[in-house]
Amino acid sequence: MLRKVFIALAIIVGTAQPLLAGNMKVDPKADFKAFREYFTKKFPNLQLNDFVNGPYSMDVGLRKQWISIEQFPPYEFAVDKGKEMMSKPFKNGKTLADCFSNKGVGIRQNYPYFDKKTGEVVTLELAVNQCLKKNGEKTLNYKKDDMAAVTAYMAFTSRGKNMDIKIPDDPRALAAYNKGEEYFYTRRGQFNFSCASCHVQLAGKHLRTEVLAPALGILNAMPIYRSNWGGMGTISRRFTSCNTQVRADALKPQDELYRDVEYYLSYMGNGLPIVGPGSRP
Amino acid sequence: MRTRALIRLAVVLSVAGMTTATFAASQADYKAAYGKAEAAAKQAVKMKTGWTTTDKELKAAKKAAATGKYDEAVKLADHAKALAEASIAQAKEQAKIWPEAVIR
Repeated sequence: MLRKVFIALAIIVGTAQPLLAGNMKVDPKADFKAFREYFTKKFPNLQLNDFVNGPYSMDVGLRKQWISIEQFPPYEFAVDKGKEMMSKPFKNGKTLADCFSNKGVGIRQNYPYFDKKTGEVVTLELAVNQCLKKNGEKTLNYKKDDMAAVTAYMAFTSRGKNMDIKIPDDPRALAAYNKGEEYFYTRRGQFNFSCASCHVQLAGKHLRTEVLAPALGILNAMPIYRSNWGGMGTISRRFTSCNTQVRADALKPQDELYRDVEYYLSYMGNGLPIVGPGSRP
Repeated sequence: MRTRALIRLAVVLSVAGMTTATFAASQADYKAAYGKAEAAAKQAVKMKTGWTTTDKELKAAKKAAATGKYDEAVKLADHAKALAEASIAQAKEQAKIWPEAVIR
């Protein structure tokens, strides 16, 4: 009898989901559903796939400007350069393309992923630098220039595919997802803003001269050519600049917390098309 | 007699006034204030909750001290300490309440 009780307890404990503070379960599927419903209710006239166009889906005037910009996309040079870099041989004869499945073509939508070996989230930017390091090459600045070019090319080859982030049945993956969710909703900086302050509560509204993009599908257009930057920028660049904009110290690019929030946000964008590289005001 | 008492009182008050006016912060006061501010700022950075304005105030304090303006330097250092402590308090509070903001 006692043995049966122990077995029952072991089953209950073994299948228990990681718990949040306050005994809330980590439930990505439920979060995904609630997230989707929130934004589709908030913007009932918006086509679901249009959320990935960020501020251009929120403002008619901006959209017109964007359509004319896209006739001569400012990220084109970056895509060409990225393609070149993917096939340029390293000193050891291998290439960047050799580090990725299908030579890096049409795979962007699978990043970031949870690496069961290391127990960490691997983003596309991290994977690029891991490849370079492994092959004895100099790593790239995470925020712009060549990194933006490589990831721009890879995003471009995934256009038409939908974001497809997996959260495996692994407590560490759920913990990473949860940390990402926590980061997204945690207020920081002297201005006391969280990511959600702008991209959930104020989505579609103006903050100074900018129209705030909704969080739904917000990473599907990355990397971006941003007029404000006068150049290309990666997800790392956007995260670090968002932090300093609210007077919070930026973390190091690809800090674990940044990778976790990218994991969370990308998962929330599942099923929406990859439209990167994008252009933004 | 009365005049002398008044004169004495005037001398005592003016000496007290001069003493107050010349009681300014010293380099040691600045170093103590800066040390406390720096420690708080480091704690905030360790918790990944630092504010950019804390660092700015610390740098301003150092700059003021370098030109001998210790009063100003102490004020800036004290302000930096207050900012760092506020950022730590923010992180501790947010660690408890962030779930309330989540879309469910």
